[in-house]
Amino acid sequence: MSLTDFIDALTGRMTLEALPFWKMVQNPTPENIVNGAIATSVAAILVLAAVAVLAVLTYFRLWRTVWFDWLTTVDHKKIGIMYIVLSFVMMLRGVVEANFMRANQAVGFDGGFLSADHFGELFTTHGTIMIFFVAMPFLSGVINYVLPLQIGARDMSFPVTNAIGLALTASGAMLVMASLLFLPFSIGGWTGYPPFTGKEYSPDVGPNYWIWAVTLSGLGTTLTGINVACTVYKKRCPGMDFWKMPLFVWASVTTAILMIFALPPLTVATAMLALDRYLDFHFFTTDAGGIPMLYANLFWLFGHPEVYILVLPAFGVWSEVFATFSGKTLYAYRTLVWATLSIAVISFLVWVHHFFTMGQSAGMNAVFGIATMLVGVPTGVKIYDWLLTMYRGRVRITTPMVYALGFVMLFVIGGASGILLANPSIDYQVHNSVFLVAHFHNMVIPGTLFGMLGAYSFWFPKAFGFMLDDWWGKLAASLWIVGFMLAFFPLYAVGLLGLPRRSVAYSEASYTPYTVVAMLGALVVLAALGAMFWQLYISIRNRDALNVYAGDPWDGRTLEWSISSPPPVYNFAVGPEVFARDAFWEEKRAGHAYQIPDQWEDIELPANSWLAPILFFSSFTLTFGLVWHMWWLVILSLLVVVGALVARSFVIDRERVIPADVVREEHLRWLKAVREAPSAPRELEVAPGNWGRPQSEAGVPE
Amino acid sequence: MDSPDVNFLDPEGYVAQQQRVHFWRIVALMGLVVGPILVLTPLIAYRYRFSGNSTYTPDWHFSWIWEAAIWGGPIVIVTILSYFLWQNTTALDPFEPLPIDGEPVRVQVVGYDWKWLFIYPDHGIATLDELVFPEGRPLNLELTSETVMQSFHIPVLGGQVYAMEGMVSKLHLAADRPGVFRGRNTQYNGHGFHRQQFVARALPETAFSAWLDTTSSEARPWSDAVHDRIAERSTLQEMTEADDTGAAFRDVPADLFSGIVGPMDRDPDWRSRDRRDASVDAGPADGSAATATGQAPDPAR
Ligand code: HEM
Ligand SMILES: [Cu+2]
Ligand SMILES: [Cu+2]
Repeated sequence: MSLTDFIDALTGRMTLEALPFWKMVQNPTPENIVNGAIATSVAAILVLAAVAVLAVLTYFRLWRTVWFDWLTTVDHKKIGIMYIVLSFVMMLRGVVEANFMRANQAVGFDGGFLSADHFGELFTTHGTIMIFFVAMPFLSGVINYVLPLQIGARDMSFPVTNAIGLALTASGAMLVMASLLFLPFSIGGWTGYPPFTGKEYSPDVGPNYWIWAVTLSGLGTTLTGINVACTVYKKRCPGMDFWKMPLFVWASVTTAILMIFALPPLTVATAMLALDRYLDFHFFTTDAGGIPMLYANLFWLFGHPEVYILVLPAFGVWSEVFATFSGKTLYAYRTLVWATLSIAVISFLVWVHHFFTMGQSAGMNAVFGIATMLVGVPTGVKIYDWLLTMYRGRVRITTPMVYALGFVMLFVIGGASGILLANPSIDYQVHNSVFLVAHFHNMVIPGTLFGMLGAYSFWFPKAFGFMLDDWWGKLAASLWIVGFMLAFFPLYAVGLLGLPRRSVAYSEASYTPYTVVAMLGALVVLAALGAMFWQLYISIRNRDALNVYAGDPWDGRTLEWSISSPPPVYNFAVGPEVFARDAFWEEKRAGHAYQIPDQWEDIELPANSWLAPILFFSSFTLTFGLVWHMWWLVILSLLVVVGALVARSFVIDRERVIPADVVREEHLRWLKAVREAPSAPRELEVAPGNWGRPQSEAGVPE
Repeated sequence: MDSPDVNFLDPEGYVAQQQRVHFWRIVALMGLVVGPILVLTPLIAYRYRFSGNSTYTPDWHFSWIWEAAIWGGPIVIVTILSYFLWQNTTALDPFEPLPIDGEPVRVQVVGYDWKWLFIYPDHGIATLDELVFPEGRPLNLELTSETVMQSFHIPVLGGQVYAMEGMVSKLHLAADRPGVFRGRNTQYNGHGFHRQQFVARALPETAFSAWLDTTSSEARPWSDAVHDRIAERSTLQEMTEADDTGAAFRDVPADLFSGIVGPMDRDPDWRSRDRRDASVDAGPADGSAATATGQAPDPAR
C-alpha cells in the first residue's frame, strides 16, 4: 500500500475542497470571495465558540460536573433541559441562516449576493435544523421535563433509553454543525426528494449529511415516543386515571403515539435513499424499476403526522396556560381530549395533499383535500375551547399569555391559508411558491415555536427556582409576533404573485418591496432572540430577587406546582395521590396543600450511565465516517457502539438509593421555606415579591 | 420590455379564471371564521381581565349549547367547503380536456436541467423555452422529464403539474386573448433552477400560422447531437452563448417524445450522456445494466 493509497483510505472522499475557504483561494472570483468569506467566517465562529466552551470548562474545572451531573445523567429533568439548550443553540443558527436568505432575496431581483449553491445549502440546513434540531428537541425537552412531574412519577419508564434518545438527536445536530467545517451540505431541501438527491444528480457527499442527520434524529425520536407512551401508561400516580390526566399529558401521549407510527416511514425512506446512494440499489431512481414517487409517499407519510407531532404538544401547553392564567378550570376537558385524539387519527389520512400535482385522479385529490379540511373541525373546536376558558375567568396577561393570545390570532390565519391549500385547484397555483412557505411558517412559528417559548416562560421558574424577567419576556414575545408578521405576511402576497420557493433570484421587479419587508421581519425575529438571551442574562443576575423556591409562582393547578422549585432529584418526597383533575388546585382549595407526610421511605433512583455519552460520540463518528466514506472510522465506531452496548449489559449496579433521612430533611426545609414565604397576591405575580407561594384564587385558607 | 404576466389573480385563461373565483370564494368563507376569532380573542381577554370586575365562575366547565355551537359551526363550514372542493377539483382536473370550442393544439413538453423543450408533433418542429400557441383554442400538453422531477407552471393560464422521467402527465390550458405570459419550473432542481423560466406566447390565429411556417423553414434541423446538447445541465442562455445550437428546430421525428418517455432501454447509451456540470465530480460509474425495464408506462394515471 503506497502512501497515497493510505491517505486516500484515511480521508475517504474528503479533499481540501471540503474546506470552506478553498474555492475562494483557488478561484478568487467576486462571487467565490463573497460566499467563501461568509462560509469561512461562520466556520471560524463555530471553531472559536467550541474552543471557548472547552476553555471555560477547563479553567473553572467543570469537567467533573459536566460528566457526572449532565452527560451521564438519566434524570428526566436534566435531559429535558439539555434538549432545550440544544434547541436554542440550533435556533440561533437557523434564524441567522434565515436572515441570510431573506437578505439575499431582498436584493434578489436579477441577482442576490449568494451563489445558487450556497443558497441551496442554506434553505436545506435551515429547514432541516428548524424541524429536526429546534422544534423536535424543544418539544421533547418540554415533555421530558414536565410530563413525569405532572403525573406524579419519579422518572420516565426507561431512563437510559431516554438519555440515548437525546444522545442520538444531539449527534445528528453535531453532524449538521460539522458540515460548516467540511462542506458541502445537501441542497435538496428538507424534503430531500430523489432523484435529485440520488447519486446520479448529486454525486457529492451533501445528501449523505442530510440522510444521516435525519436518520439519527428519527431514531432518537422513535425512542422518545416509545418512552413517553410507556411512561404515561405505566407511571401515573395512584388516583390518576386517564380522565384525570392534565391536558398536556394527553397531548404528550398522543404525540408519542404519532412519533411511534410516523417516524419509521422516514427512517425507512432515508435508509432506502442511502442504499440507493451507497450500494446502487434502485428504489428511487428512474431506471431499473425504481420509482421516485414512492419516496414522496413515504416522506409525507411521515411528514404530515410530523406537523401534528410539532403542534400537539403546543396545544397541550396552551391548555395549561389558558386555564392557569384565567384562574379557571378548562372549558370542556373531554372535548379537548377527543379533539386531540381525532386530530392524531386524521393526520395519517391526508399526506397526499403535499403532492396534489403529481398526477393522481381528481377524485383521489378531492378525497384527500376534504380529509385535510376535516382537521379544521377539531382544531377550530380547540380554539373555541380556549376562548371559553377565558370567558368568565380572571385573565392575567403574563409572558406565556402574550404568546398564547398571539398564537390564537395568528394560527387561525395560518389555518385559513391551509384550507386554501387543501383545495387541489388552488394548490395547483400556489404549490411550490412562497405562499406555501408563508403557510407552514404560519403554523410552525405561532403554533409550535410560540407554544414552546410559552412553555419555556411558564415552566422555567419550576426548573430553576427563579422567575424570568417579565418585561423582557413580553418584549421578546411581542418582537416574535411582529417579526413573524412582517417576515411572512408579505410572502403570502408575493407567493400569489408567483414567486417560487427556494429561489435565489427572480426576474420580476415587482417582488422587491415584499422581500424587503420580509427581510426587516427576519431582523425583528433576530432581535426577539436577542431579547430572550438578554432576559435570561438579567434574570440570572437578579435570581435572588426573583426566587420562587416555594414552587408555585403562577397559582398552578397541577402536581408539578406542588413541589419545590427546582424540584428535588426524586421529584416527590412521598408519592402523591390525586383525587381531582386540577389536583393541586383542589388541594389548595381544600386546605390540604403542603402537609407534612407522616412516613418517610428510602427512594430508589436509576443510577448514572456512561452509555449515552459514548453512543453520542460514536454515532457522530460513525455517521461522519459514512458521509465521507471513511470506512476505517465507520468500522471503529461500530465496534465502539457494539462494545458499549455489550459492556452495559454487564453493569449490575443500576440503582442508587436516597436515604429516607435525606429526603425528610430536604422536604422539611422546603416546607419551612413555604411557611415563611410571604404569600403573593396575583397583582404581584410577575414582580419581584412573588416568592412562589400564591394567595391562591382557589381560596386557600391560611 | 414589460415582463410577462405572472399573477393568476389577473387571469388570462379559462382555468386560471375558475381558480380565481374559487380562491376568493374560500377567502370569503374563511373570513367568516377567522374574523370573529380575531375580534373575540382580544375582546374576551380584555373583558375578563384580572383587574376588571366581571363575573368570575372558576368552576364552570361545560355547556351543551356551547358544545353544539363550537362543533356545529366548523362542521357546517367544512361541509360547505367540501362541496365546493369536490365540484372544483373534478371540474378542473388538469388531465381532462377543457370544455371550450376550437381545435386543440398539441404540444409535448420535456423538462431538462434547466430548460424546457416544446415539441409540436403535428408540425415536426420544436422550440426551447418558448411556447407559442393560438389564443382561444385549447392547448393540450403532454409532459415528461428527461432529468429529475420538475413542475410545469404558467400561472396566468392555470395550474401546475409535475413532469417526471419515464412518465407522462397532462395539462389542459387555453388563453382568452393574445399575450405574453411567464412560465417556469417550480420544483427545485439545482443551481440553474431560478433561471428555468420560459415565455408562453398566445398569438392570433393568423400570426400563429405564420409563426409555424417561419419556424418550419428557418429553424435548424433536429439531430441526436442537438438532443445530447440540450440534455446537458445548462440554461438556454449558457447553451446559446457557448455555441449556435439554436432554440428552434425542424424535422423533429414524430416519435421523439415517446422515445424520451421510454422504455428506458431505447438507447443503450443513454446513461453515458453527459448530464452534469463539468465542475461536479461524476463519482463512480453506475454499473447497472440499462436494459432493465419494469418501468410502469404511465403510473401517473
Ligand atoms: C424564525 C424565523 C424564520 C424565518 C425568518 C424563516 C425564513 C425562511 C426562509 C427565508 C426560507 C426559505 C424560503 C424559500 O424556500 O424561498 C425558509 C424555509 C423553511 N423554513 Fe424557515 N424561517 C423561520 C423559522 C422557521 C421555523 C421555526 C421552522 C420550523 C420549525 C422553519 C422551517 C422551515 C422549513 C421546513 C423550510 C423549507 C426548507 C426547504 O425549502 O426545504 N423555519 N424559512
Ligand atoms: Cu400535510
Ligand atoms: Cu410519476
